[in-house]
Amino acid sequence: MDIQSWTWVTVGLTFSLYLYIGYRSRVRSTRGFYVAGQGVPAIANGAATAADWMSAASFISMAGLISFMGYDGAVYLMGWTGGYVLLALLLAPFLRKFGQYTVPDFVGVRYYSNAARVVAAIAAIFVSFTYVAGQMAGVGVAFGRFLEIPFELGVGIGMVVVAFFAVLGGMKGITYTQVAQYCVLIFAYMAPAIAIALLLTGNPVPQLAMEEILPKLNAIQQDLGLSSYSNPFTGLSKLNVFAITLCLMAGTAGLPHVIVRFYTVKNVQAARWSAFWALLFIGILYTTAPALAMFAKYHILQQFAELGPAIAEESWMQNWAATGLVSIPEGGIQTAEQLLEAINRDIIVLATPEIARLPAIVVALVAAGGLAAALSTASGLLLVISSALAHDIYGSVIRPEASEKQRLFIGRLMIFLAVIVAGVFGVYPLGFVAEVVAFAFGLAAASFFPVIVLGIFWKRANREGAIAGMSVGLVFTFVMIALMRAQNVIPGMEEPVIEQFLGIGAQGVGVVGMLLNFAVTTVVSLCTPDSPVSVRDMVERVRYPKE
Amino acid sequence: MHVAKAYWRRQLRRTGLLLVAWAVAGLGCSVLFVEQLNRISFGDMPFGFWMAQQGSIYVFILLIFLYALLSGRADREAILEPDGEDDAAPTPEG
Repeated sequence: MDIQSWTWVTVGLTFSLYLYIGYRSRVRSTRGFYVAGQGVPAIANGAATAADWMSAASFISMAGLISFMGYDGAVYLMGWTGGYVLLALLLAPFLRKFGQYTVPDFVGVRYYSNAARVVAAIAAIFVSFTYVAGQMAGVGVAFGRFLEIPFELGVGIGMVVVAFFAVLGGMKGITYTQVAQYCVLIFAYMAPAIAIALLLTGNPVPQLAMEEILPKLNAIQQDLGLSSYSNPFTGLSKLNVFAITLCLMAGTAGLPHVIVRFYTVKNVQAARWSAFWALLFIGILYTTAPALAMFAKYHILQQFAELGPAIAEESWMQNWAATGLVSIPEGGIQTAEQLLEAINRDIIVLATPEIARLPAIVVALVAAGGLAAALSTASGLLLVISSALAHDIYGSVIRPEASEKQRLFIGRLMIFLAVIVAGVFGVYPLGFVAEVVAFAFGLAAASFFPVIVLGIFWKRANREGAIAGMSVGLVFTFVMIALMRAQNVIPGMEEPVIEQFLGIGAQGVGVVGMLLNFAVTTVVSLCTPDSPVSVRDMVERVRYPKE
Repeated sequence: MHVAKAYWRRQLRRTGLLLVAWAVAGLGCSVLFVEQLNRISFGDMPFGFWMAQQGSIYVFILLIFLYALLSGRADREAILEPDGEDDAAPTPEG
């Protein structure tokens, strides 16, 4: 069978599984809908968190980016894993003890203010939408490349599947589907990585095989006139590597769709352990990605060293050139720089099995894994959007007297609408969608993270401080990123208004916003009256895990 | 209140120590001092590079493991003590 038939088989089987699980986990209460009845075992929540977290970007794009960035790619590896340490130590157990449904819930109650709740809900919606549009587009690309059906139809199929299990099962349906999606995606990622590691070095463990490839890769890079792969700070300054890593860490800990997963477990203990399981499951992929990045780069450069300009005739180059993701320059490929210029970073994971001439079923598996990654993240984000609208804005501010039945209905309706909006964004991407990922992390780092940490660890933090701190952090970060990325959004503009702030670029500037938020919240809190006794008692209870 | 206060103080100390380890592995060894550490070889790889792309992730996993384990122990000890929350009498733990 060819790649396309195998892809139909793997995608058909995995999608049927997701639909079956979604149907089995139907819910009838808002507690089931928003937090899966708080009965998810720690290890299952760990797997669901891992699938929720690892998006199409982690699965498809990350190894490719690292492959071209060398050492500097570590910003993603450390940023997107180190954030879990902050989450596990500073946020997750306390928010579980607090025990409501959403992140804006905590902000609203801790800072005794519906205004703070609404600001948090809007930030959660904005952050989640910027993210989800990319996932839906990823679904469309995967369908288009491997099944050769139109992009719009691919997005449509993805929408129907997500809508089915999310509307019926809410958080419960999403959680158990994500467990299955984790299994699919990790198998799909590891199988080709192990096969290639074996092929290249005879060692099946990619993390160990790396060691053998790196000296060869460094040598071949130097032969071809490129800088050594493991040399630090070739593309980013040390300050930027530091700022981006820290910004991605704090952003990870502040992303509402990740935090909310810790509301679904039974108790504080389970919240801590599920953070451990989550990072362990994520770590399997994240320690394999840099190995895969090296293998891919080594393969490509070695082929170029052997074939020279004739590399353009290779079948994988031709196949991807047809999709527009490889663009061979007019004069052919003469130098290694031109070769790397010609290849889109996103194809590395998808193309490596083909480059290494692995069997068709492995390539098909990768397609199913990419879809699992995109769908699991999309469903988690859609739930956050729905809960922010239905629970925080409708249920708490607009109609606090709404009945359980009405709340559940509005929750389902909102998730259905969110799926449609996300799908439309996926099909008609706004020009700046790719740019807004920097927004998602920067804004999460500059808004939620400081306010929640201070809310737990500093009783004196009050309403005035939190609102001022969040506003300053959000506005500063938003304005900075907008100024630095203006050329991509405003037509006719060639250069950004400013390149950097104190040497920090758009991806890392959220760190400055975060520090400003911490500082403003502290100073304003100290200058205004203390929080009410009931709130201080609540903080006391949150710190102490006893029921 | 004494049990709760002592529990929280120890919890803060533990969190602080683990965060120091987090910063040393993730930001210190892997970013700030990567050039110096790259002069040391780890197997066939420069150590700083290995920390940035592999080692720090293993350290992060280990830190959360330790946190869950030690905090769980502290919880159990605190729960064995008489409930300090509405008990005015001082407890030996305080």
